[in-house]
Amino acid sequence: MSSRAQAIKENAIGLSKKDYDGSVSTLCKGCGHNSIANQIIQVAYELSIRPNEIIKLSGIGCSSKSPAYFLGMSHGFNALHGRMPSVGTGALMANHHLRAIGVSGDGDTGSIGIGQFKHLMRRNVRMVYLVENNGVYGLTKGQFSATAEQGLELKYAGQNEFPQIDICTEALIAGCGFVARSFAGDAKQVRELLKAALSHRGTAVIDIISPCVAFNNDDSSPKSYSYGREHEKPLQEIGYVPFAEEITIGDYDPGDLKVVDLHDGSRISLRKVEQDYDPTDRLAAINRLQAANANQEFITGLIYIDNERPNLAEVSHLTDTPLAHLRNSEIRPSEEQLSDFLKAYA
Amino acid sequence: MDVMEREVAQRPASPIVNDFSLVAATANGTGSQTANLTLLRSFFKMGIPVHGKNIFPSNIQGLPTWYHIRVSHEGFIARRPPEILVAFNPTTIYEDAKDLPSGGVCIYDSGIKGLPERNDITYYALPVSELIKDIDVPVQRKPYIANMVYVGALAFLLKIPLEVVEEALSVQFGGRQKLVASNLPVVTKTYDWCKENLQKTDPYEVAPLNKTDGLIMMTGNEAGALGSIFGGVSVSAWYPITPSTSFIDALKEFLPKLRKTDDGKATYTVIQAEDELAAIGMTLGAGWAGARSVTATSGPGISLMSEFAGLGYFAEIPAVIWDIQRVGPSTGMPTRTGQGDVTFTYYLGHGDTKNVILFPSSIEDCFDFGVAAHDLADVLQTPIFVLSDLDLGMNNWMGKPFSYPSTPINHGKVLSAEELEARGGFARYKDVDGDGIPYRTLPGTNHPQAAYFTRGTGHNDAAVYSERSSDWVENADRLSRKFDTARTLVPAPVTDLNPDAKVGVIAFGTTRYAIEEAKAHLAESLPFSFMRLCALPINDEVRTFVAAHDRIYVIELNRDGQVHAILQTEMPDLATKLISLAFMDGMPLTAKWVEERLMEEENV
Ligand SMILES: Cc1ncc(C[n+]2csc(CCOP(=O)(O)OP(=O)(O)O)c2C)c(N)n1
Ligand code: SF4
Ligand SMILES: [Mg+2]
Repeated sequence: MSSRAQAIKENAIGLSKKDYDGSVSTLCKGCGHNSIANQIIQVAYELSIRPNEIIKLSGIGCSSKSPAYFLGMSHGFNALHGRMPSVGTGALMANHHLRAIGVSGDGDTGSIGIGQFKHLMRRNVRMVYLVENNGVYGLTKGQFSATAEQGLELKYAGQNEFPQIDICTEALIAGCGFVARSFAGDAKQVRELLKAALSHRGTAVIDIISPCVAFNNDDSSPKSYSYGREHEKPLQEIGYVPFAEEITIGDYDPGDLKVVDLHDGSRISLRKVEQDYDPTDRLAAINRLQAANANQEFITGLIYIDNERPNLAEVSHLTDTPLAHLRNSEIRPSEEQLSDFLKAYA
Repeated sequence: MDVMEREVAQRPASPIVNDFSLVAATANGTGSQTANLTLLRSFFKMGIPVHGKNIFPSNIQGLPTWYHIRVSHEGFIARRPPEILVAFNPTTIYEDAKDLPSGGVCIYDSGIKGLPERNDITYYALPVSELIKDIDVPVQRKPYIANMVYVGALAFLLKIPLEVVEEALSVQFGGRQKLVASNLPVVTKTYDWCKENLQKTDPYEVAPLNKTDGLIMMTGNEAGALGSIFGGVSVSAWYPITPSTSFIDALKEFLPKLRKTDDGKATYTVIQAEDELAAIGMTLGAGWAGARSVTATSGPGISLMSEFAGLGYFAEIPAVIWDIQRVGPSTGMPTRTGQGDVTFTYYLGHGDTKNVILFPSSIEDCFDFGVAAHDLADVLQTPIFVLSDLDLGMNNWMGKPFSYPSTPINHGKVLSAEELEARGGFARYKDVDGDGIPYRTLPGTNHPQAAYFTRGTGHNDAAVYSERSSDWVENADRLSRKFDTARTLVPAPVTDLNPDAKVGVIAFGTTRYAIEEAKAHLAESLPFSFMRLCALPINDEVRTFVAAHDRIYVIELNRDGQVHAILQTEMPDLATKLISLAFMDGMPLTAKWVEERLMEEENV
């Protein structure tokens, strides 16, 4: 990266990695969402994806801003809070040759958008659906999201009294044919899962734990909200964001447990699914997730796959030419057809 | 008073031919619709101008339903309080008969008790259970069959030839002979019984005319769906709601007939969404990706669509949204008609939003505007709203056979890869042509400069995120310019100018029928000019029309005078000339109301 003279390597379609960049991220430095954007860039480059064949979609949130920060040569649509799935569904019905990468947050998916999320999977719309899951509403500054663990205490949000919604379990119950979980700092696993998801026939959900560096609310920390409030009056609401390093973790083996320290001093436990784990058994997958939740672990990897169910474009028996590209004569019936049709109404 | 006494009402002076209003009062879910539509078709087949309105409850079975049929040799089809009542609903029989005007006619099921005692109307009693006793149909079909009794009685009393009834019945059953065979005997049996047992003493009757030659009969929703198809729609997403559901039902019925490819694949899709939030999201998503898209809904759905409407306006995405208006707020009267969504839809979306609205008033308009809406959406790159109403959408109307679109499909300013190459790229929101309408590219366009980022956040003309005040102002002003361009592209108002009139009326949509009738009645006593708006925003013709009169009455079916307020805002200098005549009770307007209100205002 350091040398400008470094030879620019091109992929199979003659694009360099830079060609897959987006605009400069305005997310906090160290935000997990940035790592994920970087892996999308890497994967698109490695797979020699044609940027014009991709559409990027998102809802609203810090996570949902990130499509601006990757694949600048692909059309993007930053939609409404929780309602990216419907926009994607319409766009992919208009042009089913496109491949869609949807980026959402845990608030965007788990609360306001849970209905659209479920129905996207139910219809099996062909979309890679990433949930950049940080357990909080980042953009509105640290409220609990529905994926926050029950009992968790954050200075700003207080204590979370309610059980968490598990994105992967919700996906499995909705009939999703590709359900995976990863951690933003596990670049290699994120890339592997992204590659697999991009070749999936229908909706592919990857729930990616993606730490938020801003809402580090340890009371005694000079970086906490309460501290800021007491010592710096008046405090601009988001004027103060801690500088943090991106958390990255090294590779770990299937079946192993990896404990990760987060910015706020809390920890999460990741367990990679075992080598002999069978991701084609839906009931077993649901049980595995439940067991992991009981142990306060996140299992990571491909949790469930079923590539058999036809996607929405397929069940709609669409003609091969995308609807958006039909000729005028194909979308407007003839004058004779009109007069014939009206005979029944005379 | 017994039955015999009732039947000897006064004998008529002379017959009243092809000029009456009748209502069939039945209970919802008893299948009376077949009987009603058979009558409607019979008059239509006889060449007499006719229109039917179903006044029905929000209920599947049991609540009262009234079907109004207006027959008029003069061609007036507005609602008129009925002179003839078919009283087949025990729960409303008293009120229904009480409401009849003096000289009215009441045809009732002799098995139903509770009629008011009136000697200024003619009663005809029909032994319904007796007449259907021997008809060979399963017991559960008896109530359906019973409705055919009033068809037979009216055929006799009004002098509708039985062949015509048979033909209408056949159309009604889509040619299914078995159904015709079980219904027709009830009609003929009743007819014969009436001939034997009734003495006609009322003046109302029909006689063949030639005023429906070449016309078609259809509901507004069917016409709108057909228009959408000839407008090139490919994607439709919707969520069920009365009175818009039959729009999508028609779309789903017509598309396979008109748009299948040779290999049986579809060039269209209709998605039943999980709610209206998703329906509009899908519609916009499809428009963004380059397919013509439509959704149909009613007030509650429009409410849910508001945030997406604002996004569509601001991010400049084509889409067509039909609002078949019903009575609100909230669930309101979901099966009654109104024009109460205009203000809300015109400004739908938070912040500085203004939307283009089309106002169909007939089935021809529904078809034509159905086509035009898709061109307008593409050309203006914005959501286009078509505000129909329950009365137009769900009822059957006469109309001229629709004209095939006279201009080719216009996709607006969409740049292909070749055009991008020639131009050396583009800026998504740049006003290159001075009409406020920028250029767009479709996802999938194979050119390194084709992509842009669609967003609801502030952006500069290259679609890049911006919170600069100057970028915001520039963009907002351009959108306003685009709205001014829309004025020149939307369907122009239809004006019936009376050069001598001091007074004018402005209205839109289905109130036209009551106004046109009132205009004919007031031709001598209170001549006025009439302008029917076909769209918002208005153009200069409206201003000229207002300026040419001393007073303008804006007539509409809502409480607060919504279009009146919009017109005042659009023409502040002429605002004092505009007088609101707004009324909303859930029923289609009558000419009587229009006449009385105008005369009262004008002291005539
Ligand atoms: C209709 C609507 N309601 C509320 C908001 C405010 N809002 C913006 S982002 C957000 C939460 C985002 O949380 P999440 O999806 O977890 O994204 P993160 O910022 O954590 O990545 C909310 C509530 C909005 N934009 N739109
Ligand atoms: S607030 Fe949190 S989620 Fe948002 S950009 Fe900063 S670190 Fe990321
Ligand atoms: Mg979040």
